[in-house]
Amino acid sequence: MRNLFKIAIRNLLRYKRRTLLTASLITIGVIFVLVFISISGSFKNMMVGQITDSMLGHLQIHKRGYVASIDNLPLNLNLKPNAMKKVEGVLQTIPEIESFSPRIKFGGLFSNFTETTNIRLNGVLPEKEFKTVPLMPSRITAGKKTLQPGEILIPDLLSKGMGVKPGDTVVVVATNQDGSVNGKQFIISGVLEGVTGPGGRDGYIHLNDAVEVLRMEEVEISEVAIRLKDFGKLEKVNAEISNLLSGEVTKQGKPAFEVHTWEKLSPFYNIATMIDLMTFFIKLMLIAVVLISIMNVMIMSVYERVREIGTIAAIGTLPGKILSMFVVEGFCLGLIGIITGNIFGMAIVFILKLAKITFAFGRQEGLILIPTVNVGDLLVISAIVIAVSVIASLQPAYKASRMEPIKALRSV
Amino acid sequence: MGLIVSENLQKDYQAGEVTVRALKGVSFNIEPASFVSFVGPSGSGKTTLLNLIGCLDKPTGGSLKIGEADVSALDRKQGASFRGKNIGFIFQDFNLMPVLTVYENIEYPLLMVQEVPVKEREKRILNLLQAVGMLEQKDKYPDQISGGQKQRVAVARALVTNPMLVLADEPTANLDHSTAYRVIELMKKMRDEFKTTFIFSTHDQKIVGEAEIIYTLEDGELTGKQVKGGGKNA
Repeated sequence: MRNLFKIAIRNLLRYKRRTLLTASLITIGVIFVLVFISISGSFKNMMVGQITDSMLGHLQIHKRGYVASIDNLPLNLNLKPNAMKKVEGVLQTIPEIESFSPRIKFGGLFSNFTETTNIRLNGVLPEKEFKTVPLMPSRITAGKKTLQPGEILIPDLLSKGMGVKPGDTVVVVATNQDGSVNGKQFIISGVLEGVTGPGGRDGYIHLNDAVEVLRMEEVEISEVAIRLKDFGKLEKVNAEISNLLSGEVTKQGKPAFEVHTWEKLSPFYNIATMIDLMTFFIKLMLIAVVLISIMNVMIMSVYERVREIGTIAAIGTLPGKILSMFVVEGFCLGLIGIITGNIFGMAIVFILKLAKITFAFGRQEGLILIPTVNVGDLLVISAIVIAVSVIASLQPAYKASRMEPIKALRSV
Repeated sequence: MGLIVSENLQKDYQAGEVTVRALKGVSFNIEPASFVSFVGPSGSGKTTLLNLIGCLDKPTGGSLKIGEADVSALDRKQGASFRGKNIGFIFQDFNLMPVLTVYENIEYPLLMVQEVPVKEREKRILNLLQAVGMLEQKDKYPDQISGGQKQRVAVARALVTNPMLVLADEPTANLDHSTAYRVIELMKKMRDEFKTTFIFSTHDQKIVGEAEIIYTLEDGELTGKQVKGGGKNA
């Protein structure tokens, strides 16, 4: 095998310019794929991180039917204390869960005493909420990074639109489940930066204040946001929670709860899927580049060396060995391309990382792109290039191995 | 029993609608360690005959035996295997691999055809390099040596597998007279040293005289056999 590699490398060096051009083409292809994957992957991971760590959490549990009506923020589909107790019981048994945060979600009117507008509010327990969506404190651009009873965190759009700032007193008015209206004064504790995605422009108050505004006789929870210790175990934990809660059914015999991952709750998941699709097509293009360039070189190589093939066949080289010689040559060409492509690609990714490129996404500005390439991607791209190189060499190699020595020797 | 026994050997080629009879029932018997030449004008069938003896082509009729084997019945893979073990080739254009050094060209059949252990390989190659006078040039590439030297390397490559037979189709056609003589002398010396049968084709009358047995081919038929003093069939 060592000799096959030696002959292959020397034959590649024999046509230096052609080898250089083909290897460069593969290298450029690999660089583009690596840079694209690193940027799009980093963008995707960052946005998923922003969405899950700022608002949604990794998973959410609702009463069955709530998500279908989520835009209306229905109060009649909240989890009663008994149901909530069961949910808490289940969540406490799963070691992969880092934290969870119960929320009361409702819509109301926000008044600065001269003007009134709509607001979507979340009643939360701040310690639990900040642990479940740890990026939330970093979204507080003005005021305190805490939330006490009697205080409200408002979105920056509202702050600007209504001309209010931290320390100002405002009134929140909401309609409760029975249809009666109630109001409560709050002091603005902070202003929240808007985030693209569901709940990205919501306000926050303490859970006890939400109970008071809505005149709840007992605490009823709209949703439970969950954060996992390891995001990679999302599907496993989702299945486990769903399984553990599946025993709870309504009087009609239907499941009492619904468990959703962030993917089902955020439209960004569709963008993430599009990014994955684009990555797939970019990989397809790389395959095409490698396939065509290596096949072209190997066809030329066989065409130019017909006499040599005739000679080695005449002196007794078996067809299988002749096939191996050309396949190894294609493999080496792919290997050179992948090694140089990986080196240059990683270098470019590193430079992009140092450059700290910023971009805007929706209302979020100044997001810093931190492109990284994971080992898995590197191995997958390398495996694709190597496999395609071998496949591309097979046809010309087979042709070489099937040549009649007598005809090949006659070639000029 | 000879090393090569041919009886009524025929070879036809199809050229469009026309069947060309390249060999018209050729019979001969060549003993081991002979130094044989097939001579004749272009198109007389020399190369066709050498291709058949070299198992590079199959006869249309008749029989051809090399050693104990009926080579006319070998398939593609068997033919390659038989050539690798029993036949060495010397080509008119030397046909050395340009990416391999002199040493590596001679080593090639031992590595890629016979898979001989490294020590044995080294011993055989150095012996042959010494014998063909190319030891000093062993690390040079084919484009760094002369035509005569290339043919010496080709002789060494043909002999390195210890074949029973070496076939050389017009081995001196691309060499000047003095180099051609030296190559033929070298082949003769190798025959004497390794007891290998050498068969070569040529139309160069001066080189023909170096052969010990001369078969004359004309229009696909053997028209004469001349055995000189040292010839085994004398």
